[in-house]
Amino acid sequence: MTRRPQIALLSDGRRLHLQDGPIDLIVEARGDERNVRAAYDAAVARFTGLLDELCAELPELRRAALPAASSLEGKVARRMYDAVTPFAWDRFITPMAAVAGSVAEEILGAMLDVATLDQAYVNNGGDIALHLGAGEHFSVGLMDRPDRDGVMQTMRIDANSPVRGIATSGRHGRSFSFGIADAVTVFAATASRADAAATVIANTVDLPGHPAITRQPANELQPDSDLGARLVTCDVGELSPEDIAAALESGAECARQSFDRGLIEGAVLRLCGDMLVIGTRDIEEQRPRPLISENAVA
Amino acid sequence: MVMETTSAAADKIRCDACPVMCYIKPGAAGACDRYANHDGKLVRVDPHVILERTVEHGGKLVPFNRTEDWDGKIVHEPSTFVTAIGAGTTYPDYKPAPFIVSAEVDGVDMVTVVTEGIFSYCGIKVKIDTDRYLGPETATVRAQGEAVGHVTTSEYGSQMLSLGGVHHLTGGSKKEGRVTCDTLMDLANCKAVELTIDGGASVVVQAGQPPIVNGVKEERMRVGCGSATIGMFAKQWQGKVDEVVVVDDHITGVLSEHQAGKLLDIADTGIKMKGRRSTPGRYFQVADPGTGWGGTNISDPLSILGPFDAKEAKAGLSMLMVSTTGEHSSYYVLDEALKPVETEMPADLKFSVERIQENCEPALCTVLFMAGAGGSLRAGVTDNPVRLTRSVKDALTRVTSGGAPVYVWPGGGITYMVDVTQMPAGAFGYVPTPALVAPIEFTMKLSDYAALGGHMDYVKPLADVQNGEDVRQLPWHNPIPGRRA
Repeated sequence: MTRRPQIALLSDGRRLHLQDGPIDLIVEARGDERNVRAAYDAAVARFTGLLDELCAELPELRRAALPAASSLEGKVARRMYDAVTPFAWDRFITPMAAVAGSVAEEILGAMLDVATLDQAYVNNGGDIALHLGAGEHFSVGLMDRPDRDGVMQTMRIDANSPVRGIATSGRHGRSFSFGIADAVTVFAATASRADAAATVIANTVDLPGHPAITRQPANELQPDSDLGARLVTCDVGELSPEDIAAALESGAECARQSFDRGLIEGAVLRLCGDMLVIGTRDIEEQRPRPLISENAVA
Repeated sequence: MVMETTSAAADKIRCDACPVMCYIKPGAAGACDRYANHDGKLVRVDPHVILERTVEHGGKLVPFNRTEDWDGKIVHEPSTFVTAIGAGTTYPDYKPAPFIVSAEVDGVDMVTVVTEGIFSYCGIKVKIDTDRYLGPETATVRAQGEAVGHVTTSEYGSQMLSLGGVHHLTGGSKKEGRVTCDTLMDLANCKAVELTIDGGASVVVQAGQPPIVNGVKEERMRVGCGSATIGMFAKQWQGKVDEVVVVDDHITGVLSEHQAGKLLDIADTGIKMKGRRSTPGRYFQVADPGTGWGGTNISDPLSILGPFDAKEAKAGLSMLMVSTTGEHSSYYVLDEALKPVETEMPADLKFSVERIQENCEPALCTVLFMAGAGGSLRAGVTDNPVRLTRSVKDALTRVTSGGAPVYVWPGGGITYMVDVTQMPAGAFGYVPTPALVAPIEFTMKLSDYAALGGHMDYVKPLADVQNGEDVRQLPWHNPIPGRRA
């Protein structure tokens, strides 16, 4: 018998919350009631057992993705693998770098298979798969640090843009980073691709050998980390403005290459309060989080 | 090949909450960030907090990392207090909007308006139990080189810092604002922060922990000034030693000259003190302030003495020198040339030094968060913000922060102080304005709430909130004034 994940509507009665182990999804579908209902049923059906499916291939998913060969069989596992291989030829990367986005994409796909929706998103802890019907748009808030609250910018994504996936990676997030970025948000055609690219770009926002950066082997922090004994960033001390610019530039170079190869549609890199934008046009004016008075009641 | 040490392997636990089966090291969380290894025990750490006073049956109780403080006492319903932590609305629009909760308390319908306030006007008052010199009054206090506050007037046995405030948060450079915000948030979340004081010391401050001044951990607060210490212990020294000097940055006491010594007929010793004599046996400014003996800059206590007066002093005269905390002490005997020679301290004098130490309380840093609820925050609670202020002043509405009791200042507005150690872990957040986000709850009778123009349409029964998403229950830890079981 398959375990039942946690399934509930949030208090607003609109959004669906799905949680199983480390997977935590906020799902919203907009459209007519029948289609929304069908979409949520499909999301629940696909989500049930998905974690077990992934865990069955976990040892292989935690190994470096070699572009030449893979024995992975699960649909989501294959998607993870496919998302990371474009980055795998010149660096260490495992399919786990795309797990969150790939799951989001899978659930969104299951919803769209059975329902016609105006808009929908599956948000897997900040890695988001989007659906936009003609003429629709989403406003997306960017945080300057994933471990803290606070929206720094909002971005508008229109139906005519190719972006259908958004992901954020950085040293404050749930996963380890080789780099020092506070946050790298990537916009891409799919959530799995955005997830993989955000991980890679955040890893390259770095100052190798800089004395203010403390690093530790990943497996000393988390014994079964897919990163093994590779050094991950623990703390970043004081950086000069020149250091910050150099680290951002190193990440920007990686982002530009990814952009040129058509892997991403844009990226926003943040480090110590400074920001660098690659390839996106639509970042709106900086705007603080709305005050309590605007949203004090449910 | 990487070998794991046996102890590391023994410390980690394997989580069986889901098929990922994470190995989790002590103090760390699993891949889900929901389950963590706390001292070898698997505990849940979910976003969203409800302080829970009741032992629920079965698996409904979710332990949190303060479980060890919980006395497990069963009290009558209602026993749940909803805190504001996690009540705010943030990207990615994940957390539910703030709550207005109604719960029955002793047959009276109570309303708790739970919100997270964004406070630009906020700061932290730090009390550091130490006599060591941290820096001159009004000196700038820095974190990571940025000005984040200043040294304010000292209190008994303690040095005081005033940190944050709108000037440092938004009035200076971008970096100053960011570092101030980080410093306030870390201190408020009970993390250790290193501060340096212009023209003074560096001090590591952490709420509820001893201060570390210039790398030295402070152990104890002094029992009194040097003169007061003489007064308290004179009788215990009588007959065991000829002279006692209690070294203190404020008032250094000398037993033979002090009123307390005179009353016990302790003979003159010919001692010559440096510094400015206040009244007999009490000396100001025997040395400069510092981090040595008794908050002075000296490491050799003999440096505050002049030569003994040959008319009064004689060879063999014994002298105890001790700091106000008993942390430093030496015993001397005068030689033929009337020079003090350090000698092994007799056991009964060692005992008196230990007694001084025992009377000095453990030195701690205390961190009070202070903020004012502005009109917009109050408007989230009622249509008519000033009525909420009046209701608080009239004691019809109780204010809490993360469930912890607060002190509300008299006068205008709702300006409050709260001891951050009384609040649940991770209670504070920030927005990039920069400003701090802190939980604040207003609890009142439902009828009073309606009378002050409350948003009655949005009142939710407590059960609905408890059954909602993302609710974390905390063992009841701190009684709220007026709601003691």
